[in-house]
Amino acid sequence: MDFSSLNAVAMIVLLIGAATPILLAAIGELVVEKSGVLNLGVEGMMIIGAVTGFIAATTTGSPMLGFVGGAIGGAVVSMLFAFLTQYLLSNQVATGLALTMFGLGMAALIGRNYNGIKPPRAERLDVPGLSDFPILGELLFSHDPIIYFSIVLVFAVWWFLNRSRAGLVLRACGENHDAAHSLGYNVQLIRFGAIMFGGACAGLGGAYVSLIRVPQWTEGMTAGVGWIALAIVVFASWKPWRVILGAYMFGGITILQLSLQALGISISGAYLSMTPYVVTIVVLVIMSADRKRASLNAPACLGRSFHASH
Amino acid sequence: MLMLEQRPQPSKTMLYLTPVMAVLATMLVGGMLFWAMGIDPFRAIYLLFVDPFVDSYNLSQLFVKASPLILIAMGLSIGFRAGVWNIGAEGQFIIGAICGGAVGLALWGSTGWWILPLMALAAALGGALWGLIPAVLKIKFNANEILVSLMLVYVAGNLLAEMVQGVLRAPDGMGFPESRNLGRNDPTALPDVFPALGIDAGGVVMLILLAMAFFLLQKHALGFQIKLTGDSPRAARFAGVKPGVIIAVCLGISGAAAGLAGMFELTGAAGKLTIDFPLGYGFTAIIVAFLGRLNPVGILLAGVVLAGTYIGGENAQFMLQLPAAAVTVFQGMMLFFLLGFEILINYRVKRMRRAV
Repeated sequence: MDFSSLNAVAMIVLLIGAATPILLAAIGELVVEKSGVLNLGVEGMMIIGAVTGFIAATTTGSPMLGFVGGAIGGAVVSMLFAFLTQYLLSNQVATGLALTMFGLGMAALIGRNYNGIKPPRAERLDVPGLSDFPILGELLFSHDPIIYFSIVLVFAVWWFLNRSRAGLVLRACGENHDAAHSLGYNVQLIRFGAIMFGGACAGLGGAYVSLIRVPQWTEGMTAGVGWIALAIVVFASWKPWRVILGAYMFGGITILQLSLQALGISISGAYLSMTPYVVTIVVLVIMSADRKRASLNAPACLGRSFHASH
Repeated sequence: MLMLEQRPQPSKTMLYLTPVMAVLATMLVGGMLFWAMGIDPFRAIYLLFVDPFVDSYNLSQLFVKASPLILIAMGLSIGFRAGVWNIGAEGQFIIGAICGGAVGLALWGSTGWWILPLMALAAALGGALWGLIPAVLKIKFNANEILVSLMLVYVAGNLLAEMVQGVLRAPDGMGFPESRNLGRNDPTALPDVFPALGIDAGGVVMLILLAMAFFLLQKHALGFQIKLTGDSPRAARFAGVKPGVIIAVCLGISGAAAGLAGMFELTGAAGKLTIDFPLGYGFTAIIVAFLGRLNPVGILLAGVVLAGTYIGGENAQFMLQLPAAAVTVFQGMMLFFLLGFEILINYRVKRMRRAV
């Protein structure tokens, strides 16, 4: 077998592309979980974002409007979850599953006439001079704008949660919703907003899959990426910076696995295709095993409904 | 202004009424969706919710679809009662089919009544072991069983792809990625019992297991411990219930049930293992379990309703050009409405006047 055909720089560039949808969905879900809500519907919101983004991009001809469309699609469908869990106090686990099933069906329904179409190409954001720089130029300055945006977004979320007053209030809702309520904060409204932010991020991640990563629309194309994003939040112990680490690690595994398949290694393709999912399980086990640390970082009110009695 | 006021006690009426309300609301909103898509809403609703239960050919398909849904949902409901969220039934279904199928294929050519029961045993065991993976990881390492069981669905799907291209591929199948047809081979074909409703031997086993689940939950101490764990984990711990045992029992039972359903599907409706073998029953069964209020009798009714939407959906695809995905949307919508209406069990809507 010839490993020399594996170009490290090209693989890192591919890795970043594979990691970005996971990164976007995970950073959104992190904010949702910090507000005390467990939304298992990430996969459903992503696939809705993938189809609405794809339609927006092909009808307007602008990939940027496509990303906006994906984010809006994800946010709109997340409002169903937000309304049910926040105002009708439904079980968050069951409602999240419902959102995933509904999203997968709805996306297939909306996108049924868009199979096999090529979307408009998103231009790379080249920095004159710097992008032509060998290796570093390719690694740092030759990506599409969404990749830069995703990194900026992680920084913004970190700043919001740890350095702003509004972020403190959001975290308070996640740690102790009764206390936040008694201080006069509208827990349900704050959580509603957090869920919509999570939906927009997941939708943007979905649009990235259908517009850049693949790029075309097929049913069920997110293939469990939304679920992996949920696992990444646990892996990151609810810390924004670690989400980047987790997402890039998974991007790396995905690309490595695909390259090995392309090389025709003697391990069968089906076994290689399982690796991202198996690694997710292994990572979950390692991160959850230390019960003390896991419970220290997880928001205390995660998954619990809040109803103000008066 | 409308406000929610907690009821002193959960409403029994609403407990039974909400699933009916959810189905009616789905018909209404789903009908509007069809209308918006330019499909005659009345005909579509008729095909999905009435025709499966009146047309004799459709009736003969009813339990072909309902049996696996009910069997899987029965297992899941036991876990959901205890707050153990197995959402990987689809994976356990696939593993059951692979294990049961492997036994049947290994015994290809031999005859005897014992082959089918042996296959069923292998399937139940395989499904249970696959279900016990998230259980052990949860008990030993506190890993979230929702994510682990779901990841294992993708692993099982890839394993199936490997099997039908490898060891389980039909030797005389001209290289197609599929197994020999177990459904057309005398000792491994599931016998029909009541063809008018599509009840085969698997359907009978399903009904027996459903009765056993009813007994477990209503009369047996283990059933009580399962319900207690779900309602109040702290109280259960004080009463000496070991949470680890409950997690293992729940995931083991639901895995075995899903595995069994997979093997019945293989030897009955599907016949052979292919990459397209899984049809999403493992996920739809989650809806069946909730719509049936996690109660064996309710699950039987809910399973029949959802089987009807599958059969009606296929007919509507053919007659009204209804897209296949519309049925999935319908099923998801039903779960949304159910979860939304559930608030009426514990709360009542009250008109409040604003304070002056």
